[in-house]
This record gives sequence, structure tokens and C-alpha cells, in this order.
Amino acid sequence: MSKISPSEITPEHIYLSRRELLKSMGILTGGAALLAACNGNPPPMTLEPGPQGDPAADPVDPSASSNVDELGDPLNTFDDITNYNNYYEFTTDKIDVARLAEGYPISPWEIQVGGLVHNPTTFSLDDLRKFEIEERIYRMRCVEAWSMVIPWMGFPLSKMLAQVEPKAEAKYVRFETIHDTKGMPGFTKYPFYQWPYVEGLRMDEAMHDLTLISTGLYGKELLPQNGAPARLVVPWKYGFKSIKSIVKIDLVTEMPILLWMNAAPNEYGFYANVNPEVDHPRWSQGTERRIGELGRRETLMFNGYADEVAHLYSGMDLSINF
Amino acid sequence: MKRRRFHPLQIITYIAVWIPLAILLWDLTHDNLGADIIREATLRTGKTALALLVLSLACTPVSTILNYKPLLKLRRPLGLYSFMYASIHFAIFIGVDYFFDLTLIKGALLEKRFAIVGLTTGLILLVLAITSTQGWKRRLKKRCVQLHKLAYVAGFLATVHFVWLVKQGVVEPWIWMGVVLILLLARIPPVKKFTLAVRSRSAP
Ligand code: HEM
Repeated sequence: MSKISPSEITPEHIYLSRRELLKSMGILTGGAALLAACNGNPPPMTLEPGPQGDPAADPVDPSASSNVDELGDPLNTFDDITNYNNYYEFTTDKIDVARLAEGYPISPWEIQVGGLVHNPTTFSLDDLRKFEIEERIYRMRCVEAWSMVIPWMGFPLSKMLAQVEPKAEAKYVRFETIHDTKGMPGFTKYPFYQWPYVEGLRMDEAMHDLTLISTGLYGKELLPQNGAPARLVVPWKYGFKSIKSIVKIDLVTEMPILLWMNAAPNEYGFYANVNPEVDHPRWSQGTERRIGELGRRETLMFNGYADEVAHLYSGMDLSINF
Repeated sequence: MKRRRFHPLQIITYIAVWIPLAILLWDLTHDNLGADIIREATLRTGKTALALLVLSLACTPVSTILNYKPLLKLRRPLGLYSFMYASIHFAIFIGVDYFFDLTLIKGALLEKRFAIVGLTTGLILLVLAITSTQGWKRRLKKRCVQLHKLAYVAGFLATVHFVWLVKQGVVEPWIWMGVVLILLLARIPPVKKFTLAVRSRSAP
């Protein structure tokens, strides 16, 4: 694949009015933004508490160190990111998730990390807060062919795994979302899915520096609809791999069976790498709609992270291992 | 010249069919369509086109069951407005979603079966809309009735389109398809005879 800059592909993109808002925000943070975008390693930060329960009483403005990603594309707004969510445990209606998830209890919380490890550990919220938090501006490409640019806050999963000391036999990492039949209406509404939500990564994918455990976005703690208190973010894979509200992480030898592989094995595979050349059986993955824009963008191989991750899959037929 | 007289049901229909569009425009201007405005507008116009088409198909069997002829007058407006919403749906796809990018549109329309089926449905509705005018009715005579049985094909294909594109709520499109199949079944001569028999028996 020849490398084309995204501005060449889509010269005529028209941003809707909310973009103007972003631009004015950008003027305020512009200087710092450029610096951070270049060195990619902003200084450690702390997260402001999110607007729990009462968004009107929100004490802090959302903030990010840059108003664009490394390709120069503007961030999506806090409003878009927190009001357009796929979270079937609440509902399949992306616009309604925020309402249903409002006030969902995320404290206390525990993440049990175990399986093939020397040092099985249960992480509390306080334990999670001990990790050094960094900002990562990533593109999020949904398998449904839309995308956003999101300033995540979090820490590399590899740092968490280092603490539990994986055994040599561990080949895969299996993640599980909370399965709360009382607080989440989706389990009774959609009984045909094999709950709980399960996702997985190969060990080398899990250890990759891009793979993030996110606890916040736009400088604030995550809201329930975005997978609070801690979720995975794997930017080169379709969004559904980035499992939300994790309660359990296991290191295993066998490739885990994931909820989506169970539901539609011919449509969703284990890898789910963003790949414009391998279509979903029912729709094209060649283009995507960036939320907030008119027209389509061409989807980038590995969602634009090919330089960082393509080597993980060298020699693999990606149309079979989709 | 004879003055056209409208049945109250027709008047209600001619007003009601504009409500979904009015709500869509209201929500559009009040930032009520969520973050993905384009998708939401596409889904809503598609759903309205399907619903009106199904209602149009329901007129004949329901009028048979209820022995209420005025319902037959609603078939044409419901079908025509289904075509209007399908046209808006298509226009959003071409002009907003793909922003008139012809190379991308060609692929998007002709490579995926859900889009091919949607396009076919839309073309059938176009033909039916054109041939529903008085001039064409006169020209086609009997064949016009036959031609307009294609409305059932359109209804069925619209549900196939829905089944193939659905991203969430896997159940809903199958329910629509079931409804269309029941309506089709109701038109099959033996079933129709049976309904008529039941009706005359239960009549006082
Ligand atoms: C003319 C060609 C057509 C094209 C290119 C087209 C394209 C589309 C697209 C892109 C979607 C949204 C998919 C998504 O984002 O998930 C959609 C949804 C839909 N379309 Fe079409 N469509 C066409 C014709 C039609 C016609 C003629 C009807 C009905 C009479 C129809 C009924 C629907 C329905 C019911 C939905 C789903 C609504 C929902 O999920 O709530 N479409 N169509």
C-alpha cells in the first residue's frame, strides 16, 4: 500500500458547525498542543473527577493537550464522545446509552487479574490510580464504519501485566466486562448474546505500547457510558475490541472465544484489525464516516497505526485472520 | 368537470405522512439527532419509507377483512409517500453521506448486496410512482394492476435490505419481513376466499 496523507484523500471535507467550536478551543491550547503532539509523551497527569450523576454541575471543562491527532485531524467533542456509544449491556441504541448509564455505580470496583501469572492481583480503584496516567490521542474506528478521534487518559496494559508477572505458557489475554443483571437492562433485553462480554488479545498485542487501559478522557475520569472505571483501548482494531468496564483479566494458553465470535463467527473474528481491504461480509470497510464531517474518508490500514503494529501480523493472511 | 371528493381517511393520510419529515427537520435544527446526524437521518427516512410501504400493502387485506372499501383509496398516497421518503433516504446517501463522491458511490451502491437490494427497491417504487398517474393507468389498462403487484416485491426487498444492513437489534428487521409475508399470504386466492367466508359468516 502506498502511503497517502489523509489530507490528499479528502481535500474537500466539510466540518459541521461544532468544528468551529473546537477551533476556538484549539486557539487556547494551540501552543501546548503542538509540543505534545510532537514528542508524544506528555508529562504525567492526574484526572479530574468526572461529572458523576449531574452533568450540569460539571466543575471542570474538558481539556486535552492538543486539538488534533498526529495526522492533523481534529478531536471529536467531549459531547460527541460521551453521547454516542455502543454499549449493549445498557442498550443497542447508541444515543440512549448515556441516559441509561447515568449514575451507574463504578465505585467500589475491582479488577481481578489472574490465570497464568506468578502474582495474581486484584486491583482496586486506588491501585489503578497509582499508575502513571498519560494522554493518548487515538482514532477509534467502529466496525460499523464510523470513527472518532478521542483524547484518552490511561496507562499501557503492559505495565499492569508486568505487575502480575505472566508465566511463559501465557499466550492470550482474556478480558471480561461486568455482568450486572440488575443495573444493566441489556442482559434481559438481548438474551441471545452469550453474556458476559468477553474480549481477547494475543500476548504480543497486549504487551504493545499502544494498548492502553484507559481510565479517563479529555482530562476527566471516564463516564459509565465510555466504560468506567477502566476499559481497554486498542486503536488499530475495531472499536468492539476495546472492552469496557473490565472486572476480570485472565492470561490463558488457548485463544479465548469472544462474544462477537460466538454471535456471528463469519462476521467477527478474533483479530478484528482495522483493514480497508477486508470487508465486513455485509458492508464495506473501505471508507468511514468521521463523526462531525460530511462525506467519507478512506479507512487507513490498521487505522493509521501500520508503522507501529504491522509487524505483529507479518506472514499472516489477514483475510482469513480477520 | 367532476369535483374530486376526499374521504376523511385520505385527508388524515395526506397530513400524517408529513409528520415524520417534520419531526426529522425539527430534530435536525434542534441538534436532536445525536452525534452521527447522517446515520440517524438515513435510518429514520429508511424506516418511514418501509413503514408507509407496509401500510400501503396492508390496505387491501384489511379492507377485505373489515369490508371497508375507502381504505383502498389510501394505497396510492401511502405508496407515493413511501417513494418520497425513499428518495430523501437515497439523496442523503448520495449527497451527504458520500458527498457526491462518484467513484466511492459507485462502489458503495453496486458492491454490497444490502445496497443493491435497496437500489432495486427504490427503482421499483419509482416505476410504480410514475405508472400510478391517470395517463399511465389508461395506457396500461389491465397490465397496470399486474404491474402494481410489484409493490409486494418492493416491500419484501425493503425488508431484505433491512436484514442485511442491520447493525444492532437483530430482531426488528425479521419482524418487518414477517409482516410483509403475512400481507402477501393474505392476497393468495385460497386465503382470500377463506377470509371472505369467515367475514360473511360473522356478518349479522
Ligand atoms: C436507493 C437505494 C438505497 C440505498 C443506497 C440505501 C442505503 C441505506 C443505508 C446506507 C442505510 C443505513 C445503514 C446503517 O448505517 O446502518 C439504510 C437503512 C435503511 N434503509 Fe435504505 N437504502 C436504499 C433504499 C431503501 C428503500 C427503497 C427502503 C424502503 C422502502 C429502505 C429502507 C431502509 C430501512 C428500513 C433502513 C434501516 C432503518 C433502521 O435501521 O432503523 N432503503 N439504507
